[in-house]
Formats: sequence, structure tokens, C-alpha cells
Amino acid sequence: MAKAEDRALAPSASLNDDIGEETRLRMYRMQVEIREAEQRAFDLFLQNLVKGTSHLSLGQEAVAAGCAAAMQPGDLSFCTYRGHAHTLARGVPIEQVLGELMQRDNGLMRGKGGSMHLTSVDHGVMGSYAIIGAHLPIACGAAWRAQYKGQKDVSVCFFGDGTTNIGAFHEALNFAAVWKLPVIFICENNLYMEYTPIGDVTAVQHPAADRAASYGLPRIIVDGNDADEVYRTATAAYRKARAGEGPSLVECMTYRYSGHSRADPAKYRPEGELEKWKERDPIKIYRERLKQFGISDDIIVGIETDVKRRVDEATEKCKAAPPPSLDILTTDVYADGGFAWRN
Amino acid sequence: MAELTYRDAVVRGIAQEMTRDPDVVFLGEDIGKAGGVFKATVGLYDQFGPLRVRDTPISEQAILGAAMGAAMTGLKPIAEIMFSDFFAVCFDYIANEFSKSRYMSNGQVKCPLVVRTGNGGGARFGAQHSQSVENWCMMIPGLKVVAPSSPRDVIGLLAAAVRDPDPVIFLEHKSLYPTKGEVPDGEIVDKLGTASIVRPGKDATIVALAMMVPRALAAAEKLKSEHGIDCEVVDVRSLVPLDTQTILGSVARTHRLFTVEENPRLCGWGAEIVSIVADEAFYDLDGPPVRITTPHIPLPAADILEDLALPSVDRIADRVRRSLES
Repeated sequence: MAKAEDRALAPSASLNDDIGEETRLRMYRMQVEIREAEQRAFDLFLQNLVKGTSHLSLGQEAVAAGCAAAMQPGDLSFCTYRGHAHTLARGVPIEQVLGELMQRDNGLMRGKGGSMHLTSVDHGVMGSYAIIGAHLPIACGAAWRAQYKGQKDVSVCFFGDGTTNIGAFHEALNFAAVWKLPVIFICENNLYMEYTPIGDVTAVQHPAADRAASYGLPRIIVDGNDADEVYRTATAAYRKARAGEGPSLVECMTYRYSGHSRADPAKYRPEGELEKWKERDPIKIYRERLKQFGISDDIIVGIETDVKRRVDEATEKCKAAPPPSLDILTTDVYADGGFAWRN
Repeated sequence: MAELTYRDAVVRGIAQEMTRDPDVVFLGEDIGKAGGVFKATVGLYDQFGPLRVRDTPISEQAILGAAMGAAMTGLKPIAEIMFSDFFAVCFDYIANEFSKSRYMSNGQVKCPLVVRTGNGGGARFGAQHSQSVENWCMMIPGLKVVAPSSPRDVIGLLAAAVRDPDPVIFLEHKSLYPTKGEVPDGEIVDKLGTASIVRPGKDATIVALAMMVPRALAAAEKLKSEHGIDCEVVDVRSLVPLDTQTILGSVARTHRLFTVEENPRLCGWGAEIVSIVADEAFYDLDGPPVRITTPHIPLPAADILEDLALPSVDRIADRVRRSLES
């Protein structure tokens, strides 16, 4: 991990096969699935079938795929409102994610949470949090439970560059470091907090990594558009956490292709910036990587075709699904299943 | 039966639950080795060790966030926020996170946790260490809110809160810590959502919470001895769930309603109770319901000013007498 920053400066040229074909194919499938599902979410939004807001991870797929592929069953993900990618990467069915975005009864939370709060406890997705920074301390708490009970799962917390300037980020980092918690903080630095370049509002160049020293942690920067690099870094961090050696803070350099949310056309970007990043598109990089490892076009195209078919099928199921039944309006406010606050 | 201070009842309540269930853990600022700034957690660190009684940095967001993360993955944390005024720096967790996660996740996420805090005035600490914030918490769907007035209730309601599957805000009153009361031996487990008639009476119902309960009781004694007015005093104990039946039943007998609230007037819990009584028992009333509250002001530090601000025994008694005589 010490060389992570060097690696981030240039695409990996080596053909180090430390990852293995099965995992590579899995990561490619994840990235394609996230790309296709997110693109579909955007299309459905234009058709007014996805309502409310949505924050897409188009261009950031390698972070989700690399981190999820390195996880073990039982590891926990804590996501932000930009959480579709991380939810899909843990194996949550596309239909349930799109269904939630489309506010249907087949949605992951039957429409009670919406795009910004995707949660699937069965898949280890412990929630998507829409208040910036809130989930970093929560991930610490889950990690504390693992430490206290002697369980070996790690808690992995994803957030954007903008999160590094809120108090909860700093409280959580210190807390995790002091208690040596098995928690991993993954900053997806996509260069913009919302509409404002992160560099315009942050005292250091690397908003996460340059703060790591404050908490006694190593400075780790990784090419977030290269799933292999993310995977290697995440694997090392998880191993360290499982060994009881405490938290890691990883800054993944990446770029989002769309605006902050559906409402943002991203006109603040300098001309040519998007195009430059698209040359380093994570899926394009990974497709080439697979070919370098001798994976046939048939297999690659087969994955792509299969994912597109599954996204189409999920879309049709969601379109046919009914809206949530009205009786769930008042369920699950309290543990008794209802919302009674008085006798 | 033993006489115990409210402060020592906190220790006994936490110890009772930690002894019962190894998943109960306790975290907060200065709670461990130091025994708490109010000395309400003395001995727990020695009894249960540093893994279960954990001193934290001054990081209220980390405390409540960590309590939530631990609760949603299988522990039963008790988190201390030293002064309830500090809820303002970690209010996200109270207002947005552990209160809403069950609903937003369609029942997938569960947060059985307790937030203990020192609430209320009377210690001359000024506007940022004296507030009564029960109404900040009461208005949030998904939370339960408890405020004991006696050592016995501290233990029983704390045990009920720890065993409850929902997040519970447990408001201890700072000025009640040195007060004493009789506490039965052995395990005590109470029930959330139950008010208590702490003094029966026939002429008026006085509904009070936390430190206002002993003041309401003293006012009732004064009204009885000086004016022959016989007041019933109801200790609300639990704002959410709210035991409206006990209150409505009392009003049906006395036909008059007074609330005594330490919180500043606007949107205090008494307004909700008056509204319920007006809706559901209007024709039981022989006169307008009266709210006795702290005025709509930040609390001052000086003793004579703070005493003027908080409902006092004399003010309660005077207000009840004037209403009944008018």
C-alpha cells in the first residue's frame, strides 16, 4: 500500500495475476451491471418513472466493484445517498434497486426509503445515509460490535470528497484510530463536493489522504478507475482490520460523469475535463485488462449481453409492479410494527 | 428496601442491566475511570472493565453514531451525552438517524439503544448547560422519551429502556441527582408508557415531569394545608409513549388540568396534553386548562434569575389557587 500513490499516477502496466480470473470476471460483471443499471435509472428518470432525486455513480464503478469484490460474506457496507453502485455490488437484485427508485412495491424498502436510503441487511448493506458524514461514526459502532464480540467482519464506509470537511468525518477517524476498530473508510474523490470543486474549499490537495496523518494513519491514494488497484488496496486494508490492527483511510481518485444529482447538468466543469476522464473510463480500462489476460471476446460480450438482458427484465418487472400498498404508511415506526405514541 | 440517591440509582440501574446481559455496553465522556461528571457512573468501570465501560473523546457525534452502529448489529448500548444541551451538536443521530432507520429500511434496521443525559436547570450553569430539552426529542417519530423523577423510577425505567427494542432518550435531571428515595431490593423493571399518580386528590390534576414532580407535590401540600385545595399529582414519567389514559382519567375525576413544565413555553409537552384533553375530555373540564412553564427565554445563570424562570413551588401553588378561585 505504500506505493499506492505512485500507482495512482499511471495506469497499471504490469500483468500481475495476483487477483485471478474468477474475481476479475466478477469485478467486470459488477462494473457493467452498475453502469447499465445507473444508465437505466437515468433513462427512467427522463421518462418520469424514477421520481424524487437520484445520485448516480456513472464513472465511479471501479471503486464499488473493487471494494465489494474484496469483501467477505458478513462484511458490512455503509453507503451514502450515492449508494446504488455499492448496493448492487453486494449482490442486491437490480429489480429491487430499480423498484425502490421507481417507488414500487417490489422496491428494496417498498418505497419507504427511496434512492438515497438503499438498505439490504441480508446483503450486508447496512444503509445509505443522506446526511453527509453521518454514517462514518455508525460504521465505527458496527466495527466496535465486531471487536467486542470477537467477530471477524469488517465495516466498510463509502463517502465522497465533500464529506472530509464535516465534523463527523474527523470524529469518526479519531474514534476508530483510538479504539483500533476494524473499519475501512473509502473516500471516492470525484473532484467535486456537489457543484464546487473540492480543491476550492479544502486546505489540502488530497481531502482524505492528506488528513490521515492527523489520526496516525498512512496516506493512501489509489487510482479509483482501476478496479484491480482498488481491489488490492481494499484487500490489504480489510486484512489489516481483521488482524486487529485498526482502521484504514483510502482515497480513490475518480470522476463522476453526471451531475451531483438529477437536478445538476454539471455546467461548472471545465471544457474537456469529462472527455479526458472518459478516456480512462473504468469499464474501458477493465475490458482491455481482461483481454490482456487472454479472456475471449465471447466471454466479455457474453457478460455484457447478460447484464443488459437482466437490466431489461428488471425494468419490465418494475414497470409492471404496483405502487406500495397504502397500509405501510404507518408501519415500522416502532418495533411493535406500528406508530402508536400514546394509549 | 434501602434509601438511595437518584445518582446512585443510575449506577445501580446500569449495573443491573449490564450484569443481566453481556450485550449491554456503555460509552461516553468521562464515564469510566472518572465515574462521570455527576458521579452517576462511579464504580461501573471497575465492575465491568474497560471493554464494556468505554471512555470516549469529546465527540458527541461519534458517541451517538457508534451507539447506533453497535445497536443495529447486535449490541444494546447505553450512550451518555453529558449535558442534554449537547444534543444540539449530535442531533443528526437523534432526529435523522436512529429514529428513522427502522422506518426508512421498511423494518430491516433495528436500533435498541439508550441515550442517557443530564437534563434540566437549577444548577446555575447558564443557558447552555441547563435546558430542558424533552420537547426537542418528543416531536421526533421513532423515539421513546423517558424522564424519571425518583430513584426507584430511575432504576425501573432505565431497565425498561435498555430492554426496549426502540431507541430511548433517557433524561436524568441534574438537580435531582442528590435527592433520595426508598428503593426496593432486587431487580426492578418498570414499563415505558405509564404515568403514575403520585398523590391522589379531588380538586385539580397537576401533571408534571422530572424535577417538576417534587415541586408539584410540595405545591399540592401547600395548597392543602393553606387553602384546603386537594390536588392530584400525575408524574408523566414517559412522554413517548404517553399514558394519556391516566391523565384523562384524573381529569375526569378532578375536572381541572394544570401542567408544570420546565421547558420554555413554546411547543412544550404540556401543550400536547392540553390539546388531547381539549379534544377528548372537554366536557370534563370545569375551567380552562393552565400551563405553568418556564418563559420563552434562554435560562440565566444568576440564582435569583434562574429561580424566577423555573416554575417554583410558590408559583405553582399560586397559579392553581387563583385559577380555582376565579
